[in-house]
Amino acid sequence: MSFLIEINNKQVEARKGETILDVLKRNGIKVPTLCHLKDMFPTGSCRMCVVENLKTNRLVTSCSTPVEEGMKILTHSARVVESRKTIVELLLSNHPDDCLYCVRNKNCELQNLSEELHVRERRIRGVKNNNHIDRSSVSIVRDPDKCILCGRCVRVCEEVMGVSCIDFINRGSKTVIGTTFNQGLNTSSCVNCGQCIMVCPTGALSEKSHFPELLSMLSNPEKTVVVQYAPAISVSLAEELKLEPGKDINGIMNAALRKIGFKYVFDTTFTADLTIMEEASELVERVKTGGVLPMITSCCPGWIKFAEEFYPEMIPNLSSCKSPQQMMGAVIKTYWSGKTGVKPENIYSVSVMPCTAKKFEAQREEMTNKGITDVDAVLTTRELGQLIRMFGIDMNNLAPETTDSPLGYRSSAGKLFAASGGVMEAAIRTAYHFITGDELIKFKIEALRGFKGCKEAEVDIDGLKVKVAVVNGLANARILLDSIKRGEKTFHFIEIMACPGGCLNGGGQHIGASEEDVKQRMKTIYDIDDKETIKVSHKNPEIIQIYEEFLEKPLGHKSHELLHTHYYKRDVIH
Amino acid sequence: MKTEIIDILQKYPAGAKENLIPILQDIQGNEGFLSKGSVIEVGNYLSMPTSKIFGVATFYNQFRFSPLGKFHIQVCRGTACHVLGSLTVLETIEKYVGVKAGSTSRDGIFSIEEVACMGACGLAPVISVNGNFHAKVNSESIKEILDSYRKQAEL
Repeated sequence: MSFLIEINNKQVEARKGETILDVLKRNGIKVPTLCHLKDMFPTGSCRMCVVENLKTNRLVTSCSTPVEEGMKILTHSARVVESRKTIVELLLSNHPDDCLYCVRNKNCELQNLSEELHVRERRIRGVKNNNHIDRSSVSIVRDPDKCILCGRCVRVCEEVMGVSCIDFINRGSKTVIGTTFNQGLNTSSCVNCGQCIMVCPTGALSEKSHFPELLSMLSNPEKTVVVQYAPAISVSLAEELKLEPGKDINGIMNAALRKIGFKYVFDTTFTADLTIMEEASELVERVKTGGVLPMITSCCPGWIKFAEEFYPEMIPNLSSCKSPQQMMGAVIKTYWSGKTGVKPENIYSVSVMPCTAKKFEAQREEMTNKGITDVDAVLTTRELGQLIRMFGIDMNNLAPETTDSPLGYRSSAGKLFAASGGVMEAAIRTAYHFITGDELIKFKIEALRGFKGCKEAEVDIDGLKVKVAVVNGLANARILLDSIKRGEKTFHFIEIMACPGGCLNGGGQHIGASEEDVKQRMKTIYDIDDKETIKVSHKNPEIIQIYEEFLEKPLGHKSHELLHTHYYKRDVIH
Repeated sequence: MKTEIIDILQKYPAGAKENLIPILQDIQGNEGFLSKGSVIEVGNYLSMPTSKIFGVATFYNQFRFSPLGKFHIQVCRGTACHVLGSLTVLETIEKYVGVKAGSTSRDGIFSIEEVACMGACGLAPVISVNGNFHAKVNSESIKEILDSYRKQAEL
């Protein structure tokens, strides 16, 4: 049912059940919000989005007030603007005021609001916050002093991730956000996904930086600094550098990485192909020999930690494959090191990931082989952007370059890893080949694409009906896994990615990307797959080469030593 | 798991989150405080993240997370006591004991609690140690009072 309401003296159409904010957005009227999160139940706690209701002569929160017939709303009356400004001034009254040193300088919602509302003096003085910065996690740094208690991190952690490792502690002016017993994040059930960072309006949450060590390694003549980047990076870095959102800038990114000083540039997508070779073989073996099913992907370190904490009984279901990042780390310091003669201890191996959990993954004990770590430093997309700015690289005036070979060539199947459902599609393509010896006629599996939280499909491989599911957002994983545990659903193969939409919307990506921007990233990934000719991992010539020269065969002795791992039940405070 | 905690939990249906506060009160009534172990057990029993339980428990003044000291000092922070200098009294006690209100000293002798009003405004500023009231205290007399309790504890 629709009716008319009056906004800023203009009649506009509203539908029953909508909030005032919904109507404002549809009509292109911008009111600022802080605690509001799209598609989540409104809390109305920050009061930034207040508008004046002329019928009742009251200020109401537009995010949580449903429209009523005959409403008269003013969105920017003097009273409204003054009220919003006061809220910002109050938020600033106990804020550290160290914008120049803040990780979110120039990309901070509080800073923007302060500017938009023309806050030009400190009118309200409050006692400054004085909390400990929590640096205990290897992925995420929490600075409660910068927190404005909007609660978006708490809600994402609970409602999207199903983790709930943080909540509001204490009351009134003593309120902080923290873990159980206000301990370090490292002892909590935090899976390091970084989605809290993505929704944080200020610098209260950020990734742990590896900059000082990286910079000293780049200028150390004894070290060969090499870099790999995840499939999602080339389509998401653009926004960080204020280029066209979702554009694939792979070529100039390679050039920029070399300008920064990385001696060799590898593409993690190559080891995504390698992962597919191993994982598809593992799946075929499990199906043929009656192994543990459903097999669940293990590429996502957020999901892996989640499984170790909340679903330890399903650890046997996890694929034993390392993630592409760790596979690349392992082959650089063995295969590539052997080919080039650079000693593994002199290689400083850096990865660029759309993810904060990859920082955690890289330092896991199991990811070290004979005292040599697979990957030495992990940067997020944001940190790569920072590095490019620091080295003064003009992305508009760079000639595209290719990656180094070997370990640089990829199929378009590997590239799909960036999107939720991509690992599944790529694995099916290769598993089909392993079982039948032929190639799929139709590669695209539309049902597994897009941003839906849980996607299911059935694929016919030589008469065998393979049932697969793809999940993104760990709260959705809980729903699916619980239904499997209750025996309501059965699958052969499941892909689970922690972040909504997959890695292209990971916790290491550009902060402030719009929904359209993220959709564009996904579109670009699928466009690449449409355009390119090598659409399956097993036809990647460098993959064929590495098996011939080094690994021998999927699931072979070398593979087990270097490319596979195991997981353990993890005791944390749930 | 401690049997007392099991007994308390089993009085309530598993997974019934609405009983959180009565459960926490029961446990505190039994153990004197909410230990990490008991909070985790409550989380398991109610299928509730411990962060939520800790959030609820810290919201209310009544819950504490360390055991009471041998001598539990309640400092009245009501209006009458406040006017007559209870803040200085509290600060002196905190300095003497070496911990802030809401905590227990390392040696386990003293614990401090701020209370809103003890209903003894005529005695302001007033403190109570294990239920014994000490009237019209000031930063000098408080030290003597606490010294005598410390001697008792060391006997």
